[in-house]
Amino acid sequence: MAAVSVRDLRKSYGPVEALRGVSFEIEQGEVFGLLGPNGAGKTTTIEILEGYRARDEGAVEVLGADPGAADGGWRERIGIVLQSSAMYPNLTVGEHVRVFAGYYSHPRDAAEVIELVGLADKRNAKVKTLSGGQKRRLDLALGLIGDPELIFLDEPTTGFDPQARRAAWEMIRSLRELGKTVLLTTHYLDEAEQLSDRVAVLREGRIVAMGRPAELTGAKVATEIHYRRNGEQVVVATHEPTRVLHELTGEALAAGVELEGLEVRRPTLEEIYLSLTGGESE
Amino acid sequence: MSDLLHELRTEQLLFWRSRELAFFTFLLPIVFFVLLGSVYGTDRIEGVKGSRYLLAGLLGYGVVATAFAGLAITLVVRRESGILKRLRATPLPVWAYIGGVLGSTLLVYALEAIALVVLGRLLFGVPLPSRLGSLVLALLLGAVAFAAMGIGLTAVVRSAEGSSAVVNAIYLPMAFISGSFFSPHAFPQFLRAIGDVLPLTYFIRLTRDILLHGHEIWERPGSVGVVAAWGAVGVLAALRGFRWEPREG
Repeated sequence: MAAVSVRDLRKSYGPVEALRGVSFEIEQGEVFGLLGPNGAGKTTTIEILEGYRARDEGAVEVLGADPGAADGGWRERIGIVLQSSAMYPNLTVGEHVRVFAGYYSHPRDAAEVIELVGLADKRNAKVKTLSGGQKRRLDLALGLIGDPELIFLDEPTTGFDPQARRAAWEMIRSLRELGKTVLLTTHYLDEAEQLSDRVAVLREGRIVAMGRPAELTGAKVATEIHYRRNGEQVVVATHEPTRVLHELTGEALAAGVELEGLEVRRPTLEEIYLSLTGGESE
Repeated sequence: MSDLLHELRTEQLLFWRSRELAFFTFLLPIVFFVLLGSVYGTDRIEGVKGSRYLLAGLLGYGVVATAFAGLAITLVVRRESGILKRLRATPLPVWAYIGGVLGSTLLVYALEAIALVVLGRLLFGVPLPSRLGSLVLALLLGAVAFAAMGIGLTAVVRSAEGSSAVVNAIYLPMAFISGSFFSPHAFPQFLRAIGDVLPLTYFIRLTRDILLHGHEIWERPGSVGVVAAWGAVGVLAALRGFRWEPREG
């Protein structure tokens, strides 16, 4: 059975259609990335699955239950890391983790979770003294303390420096090793590619592409041949680059002209993503 | 039940760890009692010794500082910073959360009331309450009613930054007009007219009747009724308007 199943999900805020029919499934143990620019509907989707928002239409099942009508038993099995870190400034890291551990019937060991997120040396530091990245890691610890089966991570590394992002990625990879199901939203393409088993690209409330990261950039994508003729840039997109290139160079040789600036390349992930999401770059 | 105890412990840790909150809601009424008692504790107000009269007023100021203002500001700050939203994601039942928050508030107010009574005895020779049962019931009624009003008030406060301003603008004039610090009998007519609808006026009157005149709580159904009615308004406002999530801009 799928851990998460979403069929034709729709949600409007007044006249604004945030979600216009979103469907996907997440298998148990899978890391699923929801990728898209700001305003594409990622947070609306994840917050409906978390039970924070009501949907207008569609069917949603999370761990076999409707999140809109879920109980404490269901919440025992999910872990949530929201987009912003919400904490008590005057409590220490250790106190936070113990306070949240008390909300679950079978929590993980507090010291172990603090160790896992790399905050062991900050155990006795008050939250107000932590850096943004450290708060985010504490946030993750609070999401993990209940030993959930399914973890929601809403933009877990937004605002991180490159080093902190790498560390966060390592942590998220370790969740997969623990057998957890993870739903991750991000507007970083490389993050989705690095962490996810499968990625869905969301644009203006619709999924415009879904598959393994390699598939998204795989066979379906045309190779581009670039050159200049009479000073004008020519781009030929083809699925048969060998044949097309052979013809092009044959013609050029026969005519005795040089194909200036000749280049054969596959589009980068970045370009594919930008074309899918309508060119909005982060 | 263990959820409730866990939340009560958490709330106590949070309250005493936040020195600003502990000062303004717990210590300030005690400081005011000592200051005002030193200034006119030996005068006679409405025929009784000033310090005895003040004790009842400051028990009233304490209940609005702790249960009303402190609770409202705390909950708005938690809502706007996303802590309430975060808590909603945990299995902690809503009743256990509200129960823990209320229980912690009652505990703080109980300690404050004891401190006021003991200080009154030690510093100003105020006799210990003769109607202890009625006093405890009255204070409990007031704490629960004002806590309900405080939770209800969070519905109309929009931002964490504005919460202190809005809450102070309500509770400080209310404490003044209701006679926490002085006898309202010397007030001009329009202030007394305002005071006549405020719940704190009736709570202080009830407390004075018990402390100064030896009445039992059931002999004062009018005051009890007004305080309870305002508490019910608070409960309705809380049920209708309490939010777990920040108001998104």
